Amino acid sequence: MLKHLLSNQLQLGLAQAAVAALAALAVVLLARKRGIQLVSELTIAMVRGLVQIVAVGSILLLLLRSPSWTSAFLLIAMIVAAGATSARRAKAMPQAFQVSTWAIACGAGSVIAIMVLAGVIDTPITALVPVGSMLIANAMNTNGLALNRFRSDVLAHVGEVEAALALGADGKNSVAPYVQGAFEASLIPAIDSLRSLGIVWIPGLMAGMLLSGARPVYAAIYQFVVLAMIFAASGLTSLVSTLMMRARVMSPAEQLILRPGQKTAGS
Amino acid sequence: MNTPAQRDAAVLRAENLGRSVPEKVLVENATFEVFRGETLAIVGPSGSGKTSLLRLLNRLDEPTSGTVSLDGQDYRQIPPRDLRRRVGMVMQRPFLFPGSVADNLRFGPRQRGENLTDERIEKLLAGVGLAEYRSRDVANLSGGEAQRVSFARTLANSPEALLLDEPTSALDEDSKREVEQIILQIGREQGIACVLVTHDPAQASRLAQRVVVMEAGRIVRAGKIGEVIRA
Repeated sequence: MLKHLLSNQLQLGLAQAAVAALAALAVVLLARKRGIQLVSELTIAMVRGLVQIVAVGSILLLLLRSPSWTSAFLLIAMIVAAGATSARRAKAMPQAFQVSTWAIACGAGSVIAIMVLAGVIDTPITALVPVGSMLIANAMNTNGLALNRFRSDVLAHVGEVEAALALGADGKNSVAPYVQGAFEASLIPAIDSLRSLGIVWIPGLMAGMLLSGARPVYAAIYQFVVLAMIFAASGLTSLVSTLMMRARVMSPAEQLILRPGQKTAGS
Repeated sequence: MNTPAQRDAAVLRAENLGRSVPEKVLVENATFEVFRGETLAIVGPSGSGKTSLLRLLNRLDEPTSGTVSLDGQDYRQIPPRDLRRRVGMVMQRPFLFPGSVADNLRFGPRQRGENLTDERIEKLLAGVGLAEYRSRDVANLSGGEAQRVSFARTLANSPEALLLDEPTSALDEDSKREVEQIILQIGREQGIACVLVTHDPAQASRLAQRVVVMEAGRIVRAGKIGEVIRA
């Protein structure tokens, strides 16, 4: 219907964004009736997301003729921004920003580098930045899930952790069950995405490739490639972040730093 | 007043021990000793700093002043894992790990690469009145049984001192009496120095030889149990 009303592509895009945002707002208002307050957070997130993605689109337009290596700076900036976003989700964790940024850099960064070297991701900026950003964004989400789960599990099991410490266990062993739990839980979305690929959903990248005239079989295979890369990046990020955090919730004298209601140094 | 010989025999000695967190003093200037085979009770109202003091003795929390000596050695010179093996702790709740009773008893020794023999497990369980419980899943134990397993698990590390943080406060009367018997037996037969935190002066009288009374993070009275608790 919108396409018939609006011929200008930019106007059409904004109108489509408004309709999608209205759908999201409707859900939030529905949630509000059940006492769940999300209006301000979602409104800020949507406006921020729209501004950011339009800004990136504009930057991509400017960088279109730049050499490929400039995309590395863009990806590094994205990793730092992802680290900051992820750290906000794990407020009470010690050194959450450092841990998140390093974990995303190791997870998403190394997968991007390997795939570029292997020729799986094309080097032109218009291919590298969008695919790389997908890996970084998913790594960020996984990292947030992992840290949140680790934090809540440790806080719910302070007694067990300290019982282990009191029996002479080292700090890392004392929280080991919660590292494993956080790692597994954080990868559920990535595993479910792979499992339901093509049955429950046809991802946007594949839809985009089909719309731009790619052969359906190649579009499908490349979508699998992207999801496999997302899984690899997310898994590595989660592993690095939980292992790094495992060491940071303990003091040098093997005392549990993370306690209910306690602010931690460097958070 | 202890003689120099007695002071040398102290297993644990806290000297001017204190811990403060922002805007709150939890423990201030606590000085006392505990001797081999002796039980020292720490009594006081809720929030007086009893548990906070106990947690400083095995360095689960870091003192902000003073220190503790274990067998005459400053405990900051002892690796924390070794310290906690030597200064065992039984908490208010047992916090058993998922698995069997034997798995729980093996946990401590396994941390330093030792394997607890079946014979030793049987002996430890018999000592807390739970012979034949070796293969039981801890999920199926009563509160009293779980607390007794917690004692056996701590004793599996062969500690020199034992910190008891209100170990009977969550138990019914029958289980409480059973656990009290274990505490008496530990001091009498194994010669372990015990520090018992309790809010119940009557329990302190039944189990301890000496007592310190805490109020607002400070030790306000100390001495032989009969003299202090009556006072």
